[in-house]
Amino acid sequence: MSYFSDIYNGIKTLLTGMRVTGGYFLNARKGTLTQQYPDNRETLKMFDRFRGEVVMPHDENNEHQCTGCQKCEIACPNGSIEIIWDRAIVEETGKKKKKIDQHIYHLSMCTMCGLCIEACPTDAIVWAQNFENSVYDRTQLTKVLNQPGSKVKDGIED
Amino acid sequence: MSKDQIIKSNFKTEEYFINMGPQHPATHGVLRLILTIDGEIIRNIEPDLGYIHRSIEKMCERDSYQQIVHLTDRMDYLSSHINNEAVCLVVEKGLEIEVPERVKVIRTIIAELTRIASHCLWWGVMGMDVGALTTYFYAFRDREMINDIFEETCGARLTMNYNIPGGLMFDIHPNFVKRVKDFITHFKTKIPEYDRLLTGNVIFQKRTKGIGILTKEDAISFGASGPVARASGVSCDIRKIHSYSAYDQVNFNEVLFTEGDSLSRYKVRIQELWESLSIIEQLIDNIPEGDIKVQTKAVIKLPKGEFYQRVETARGELGVYVNSTGTKNPYRLKFRSPGFSNLSVLNKIAKGYKIGDLVAIMSTIDIVVPDIDR
Amino acid sequence: MTKSIHDWLFSILPEGIASITEMVLIAVAYLALFAIAGLYLVLLERKVAAWFQLRLGPNRVGPFGIFQTMADALKLVSKELTSTDRVDKFLYNLAPYFVIVTALLAMTIFPFSKQLQAFDINIGMFFLLAISSIGVIGILVGGWASNNKYALIGAMRSGLQTISYELSVGLSILTMVLLTGSLQLSEIIEIQRTGGWLIWQGHIPAIIAFMIFMIAGTAETNRAPFDLVEAESELGAGFHTEYSGMKFAYFFLAEFINMFIIASIAVVLFFGGWLSPFGITEGITWFPEVFWFFIKVLLIIFLMMWFRWTFPRLRVDQLLTLEWKYLLPINLVNIVFMAIVIWLNWIL
Repeated sequence: MSYFSDIYNGIKTLLTGMRVTGGYFLNARKGTLTQQYPDNRETLKMFDRFRGEVVMPHDENNEHQCTGCQKCEIACPNGSIEIIWDRAIVEETGKKKKKIDQHIYHLSMCTMCGLCIEACPTDAIVWAQNFENSVYDRTQLTKVLNQPGSKVKDGIED
Repeated sequence: MSKDQIIKSNFKTEEYFINMGPQHPATHGVLRLILTIDGEIIRNIEPDLGYIHRSIEKMCERDSYQQIVHLTDRMDYLSSHINNEAVCLVVEKGLEIEVPERVKVIRTIIAELTRIASHCLWWGVMGMDVGALTTYFYAFRDREMINDIFEETCGARLTMNYNIPGGLMFDIHPNFVKRVKDFITHFKTKIPEYDRLLTGNVIFQKRTKGIGILTKEDAISFGASGPVARASGVSCDIRKIHSYSAYDQVNFNEVLFTEGDSLSRYKVRIQELWESLSIIEQLIDNIPEGDIKVQTKAVIKLPKGEFYQRVETARGELGVYVNSTGTKNPYRLKFRSPGFSNLSVLNKIAKGYKIGDLVAIMSTIDIVVPDIDR
Repeated sequence: MTKSIHDWLFSILPEGIASITEMVLIAVAYLALFAIAGLYLVLLERKVAAWFQLRLGPNRVGPFGIFQTMADALKLVSKELTSTDRVDKFLYNLAPYFVIVTALLAMTIFPFSKQLQAFDINIGMFFLLAISSIGVIGILVGGWASNNKYALIGAMRSGLQTISYELSVGLSILTMVLLTGSLQLSEIIEIQRTGGWLIWQGHIPAIIAFMIFMIAGTAETNRAPFDLVEAESELGAGFHTEYSGMKFAYFFLAEFINMFIIASIAVVLFFGGWLSPFGITEGITWFPEVFWFFIKVLLIIFLMMWFRWTFPRLRVDQLLTLEWKYLLPINLVNIVFMAIVIWLNWIL
């Protein structure tokens, strides 16, 4: 008799499974999970903490907040950040002060761990939310974060 | 002469080798299994490791303690938060600092979410390995919700690196609590659906019941841990026996089965989904206020000595051993990863079964190859 | 229409050449049907799978992706035909044609409507069974000649699977033939015009026969949950691991054509072929009866797709257990039951 009850139970479980998928089939129009990615570029918005790439915000006077303290460079586990710095004489005080020449960021080596941004004492570098970072040439992934001719904002001290 | 002998004397059969992997859909990455097969029946399995070895342990000796954390993301990428937590806990143990209650609770909630996400992915892939492709998409629908929660709070979906020694990198997002609650209500309706679609299915039952039996003795002697060992009746939940973070504040059951076959390994994980949900439910409403980190020195130097910390990842027991000479880098760092010891039982339990069974057994062991190779 | 073409051909050409031309024309028409049906069944499968899985499915090439499979076919045609070292060249190249030609042959005898039938042979059902068992030789040969262990395992599995399930397909057809008393497809349909569809006429034994036929038919076409021959999580791609380009496409298309054939047999045997349900379009002369045939076929194909996207795969020994311990005994009892039903005249 267990022969027949096996058949009965087997068919029952199969039909239960088919009911689950069948239910989704009928509601397929409503509940699609996938995104039409390149089409929804305008509406696609990443969360504001999303780690896309490291950028250095500049204000309207072309001033950034990086003092060249190199804490980010030390914090980075895989050498994605290199800072080329210089010393310049500040006119008012006449003292020599550290300033950055180039803040170089290798996106190709970055693991998006966020340690540099944690380490930065002046919030000079932040995460950007862009994610379309692919390029045809690897050298394009090495970026200079400070814009040419920019200088450090007044009053930022480390 | 017995039946077997008659068959042997009449037919000449030969065993042959077959390479399963390193590129094979069922090995979940770049694991290579050298199978000795007699027809369809497996005579011997020899896992060949090292295809994704990145010498993470050696890299850790070069890095500072803050930097080690992000490397552990890349070991068992499905429970990355729990790996991070393990390293942070061992550093905190070494520095003898007590993290605030808020940190403990948040860490526990996110760790349990990670466990659910990992088990979701496993469920989907388990279905796919036994041939039911649709499970994959249903599981990913639910996992996607968790990933969104992670992305909003931690900034990344998989390799989160949210823990730092001494606490958390930043506070949880204001939407976190609401999103987690939404997820819990959503997921409670979905686990029964998982059962209807796959667990109860007669074909699935036949494929897993009584297949790949791991005895309790073998589970202990091979050092298996996590759901693999618990399905054989070995009580090994680190959350229970060496409670860390906020696990001592919550009530949950250690899921234990005694059969030790593929089906019970499957059921352990499904039950763990319910347990994880109940842990999150107990904690989500009363996250204590407070700091999110204890300020550590910019250069962490662990005192001279040896430190060890165990945590329960989605796959089992992860141990972090640190040998420090008092400098800013560890002298030696060793991860005891769950995947490696769990994989070692494969030859014991899959011998004598068919190729289809091997695939099912492998997915119930739930291997993550980067965790095995490191 | 066919009549006028026939007359016109015979009026302008000598008899021998005319009949050859006619055959060629029919062959071309069937090839076209074959290609279109194959391509669109692939598209349908992808769409249906997507809807089961909460996805959208192909939607880039053409509206709703209707040219997607055309584009895929074009890509496959343009691809290099690779082969492994030390393959048996002759058998390796022969295998895809075996598979596709048998699928094509089986298509010829179906009555798509009252007039639309290429070849009304009086042993139609028998012919179908005979033809459909040749297809497996292509799979066996392909797997054997590929010089690949995965392909070999797949081929061996397909051998044992087809040999076993052929029995069930045959016996379930036989059950229905008891009822019709004829093997000729057009006649089988004619019987259903008066007495209702055979699944209605034969009630319980016919329903059991239908269920067995669907299970065994799914197994015959090597589709999930019986796709052990391909079993992508176990064998990579099974017997066609080493095939590329158009040769692979032949195997792929043949799977879908076979699905169409199994569904067509089911429609003819159980659901009245091109007859409309309850005779609703019986009196309308302009209504294309072929519409009903295709609607029914598509419904049955949908059922097979539903199976595929819901169930896990069986293991090799369970496949045989299902056949020899469940389907075959039930089938044999069912034949006797059907005979009793006919003998006592319990036909509805």
